[in-house]
Amino acid sequence: MHPAFSVILLTTLIGAGQGLFLALYTDQVYSVFRVIRALPPTASGLYAMGSLIALVLLAAGLLASFFHLGRPERAWRAASQWRTSWLSREVLLLPAFMALVAAYGGLHHLGWDPLLARLGDSIPVHLSLLVGAAGTLAAFALFICTGMIYASLRFLQEWASPLTVLNFILLGTASGFTLAAGLAAWRWPALTGFYGLWAIALTLAAAVLRTASLVRNHRLRHRSSPQTAIGIRHPQIVQKAQGAMGGAFNTREFFHGRSDAWVRLVRHLFLLLGFVLPVAVMAAGLLLPAPRLLVLAFALQYLGLVAERWYFFAEARHPQNLYYQAA
Amino acid sequence: MTQLALVIDLNVCVGCHACVTSCKEWNTSGSAGPLPDHNPYGADPSGTFFNRVQTFEVGCFPNTQTVHFPKSCLHCEEPPCVPVCPTGASYKRAEDGIVLVDYDKCIGCKYCAWACPYGARELDEQQKVMKKCTLCVDRIYDESLPPAERRPACVLACPTSARLFGDIHDPESEVSEAIRENGGYQLMPEWGTRPANHYLPRRRVRMEIHADELERVDNPLRKERQQPRPALDEPSLDDVTSW
Repeated sequence: MHPAFSVILLTTLIGAGQGLFLALYTDQVYSVFRVIRALPPTASGLYAMGSLIALVLLAAGLLASFFHLGRPERAWRAASQWRTSWLSREVLLLPAFMALVAAYGGLHHLGWDPLLARLGDSIPVHLSLLVGAAGTLAAFALFICTGMIYASLRFLQEWASPLTVLNFILLGTASGFTLAAGLAAWRWPALTGFYGLWAIALTLAAAVLRTASLVRNHRLRHRSSPQTAIGIRHPQIVQKAQGAMGGAFNTREFFHGRSDAWVRLVRHLFLLLGFVLPVAVMAAGLLLPAPRLLVLAFALQYLGLVAERWYFFAEARHPQNLYYQAA
Repeated sequence: MTQLALVIDLNVCVGCHACVTSCKEWNTSGSAGPLPDHNPYGADPSGTFFNRVQTFEVGCFPNTQTVHFPKSCLHCEEPPCVPVCPTGASYKRAEDGIVLVDYDKCIGCKYCAWACPYGARELDEQQKVMKKCTLCVDRIYDESLPPAERRPACVLACPTSARLFGDIHDPESEVSEAIRENGGYQLMPEWGTRPANHYLPRRRVRMEIHADELERVDNPLRKERQQPRPALDEPSLDDVTSW
């Protein structure tokens, strides 16, 4: 497939935005349920600032997605087919999630967070906790929609796997937690360790599953062949003409147009930038401690994920290419 | 339920591209707008087509067969391109099974093209919407045309009658009979898309011509002599009499 930068930016930006929101809310939930220390008094500021950054990332992703459309002025129509289309579901969920993130950040920024109930004797349930829970559901639903857009195309066998959805979830949350660690290191150093350790754990988990996906796709046997494509049972079929003297939509949209060496290079690059270096830099940043390294870790990981997404598209071999073997 | 479709006989197609040009001509001049070409006379031409004829060479030299392979939307009975469309612009008509794109609703997101394993859909780079074969839906129901012309442009253009058009759900139709009698098959059956268009395979056609078929043994012209004219009351048979 041809990797379109609009879609690469959309999926990486909203993934980081969703992950950042999940990081903020995880921290709040852990504090409320006293899994970790009680909330530091300044945490609300972090949640508000983090929500704002998440919103900016989500909005930038949404903006990038418009550049993918031939007719962006009709984009509103894309909300109508949510019964059958994962793309339509994503189109509905993204603004809904953005609204929840805005509400969550707004509650923390204004400091208006009424106590709604108490669980047992001591656990307070504030409004922000409920809004955050809804946001968490929306974030995961959005990850699933984004992943299923690709995983539901059954004949794109590189994508048609549960690993695709899991990778979207893990890569997005890993980058979001890394960003949260960088953000905490900037003004809320007490929370750096929590986010940093989560970010390392999630990045390692993402590395394992992304590698599993690479291994799976390396071993993949394609079900379609030139024989099934034209229905002629002979081992030797060579295409002589493509029905077009020059280029066509079919020779552009489904080919990345780069050499195998380039594709291999991008794979090494994303494994290095997306997983190895961020973990190393974050570990160094937490141990030294050198908080600026955590910001660097996010920058590296984001670049790595852009390369990962490019590779994700380039790796997928569309069966229609059997009809365009000379492209 | 009706399912209109094309049946393409690979045994007969000679790869002349008449269906391609006829399709382009009809569909670029219709009310749905042009099928534009970009840089048509330049070094890198590009264009939108509903129908293309591709050529494959099957076998090892010198035992090869050249297969000309016309390729257009197959109007699948389980079209994978339709449910993925976020706007409902892609749809399959219930009344005749034609898969169509509403150019006024399409946002040009290309997701349907990704979802088609056959590469049947092409984005119009000028109008920025997805386009594909309509089975000449603006022709086949046009009552201002004579009934014989209410068929897709490609079918009318084919000089060898390699393209048949009809309802594959009607067992008595010409297309159903062709599929049944001549081993009609579907492309990429492994994906369960159930294409409506079928292809008839290459079939070995060997003519056995014996000498007596070239020249009738009882050919009257071979008779060396004029036969006697029969009497009026005798039977007059062509082969035994001449007058």
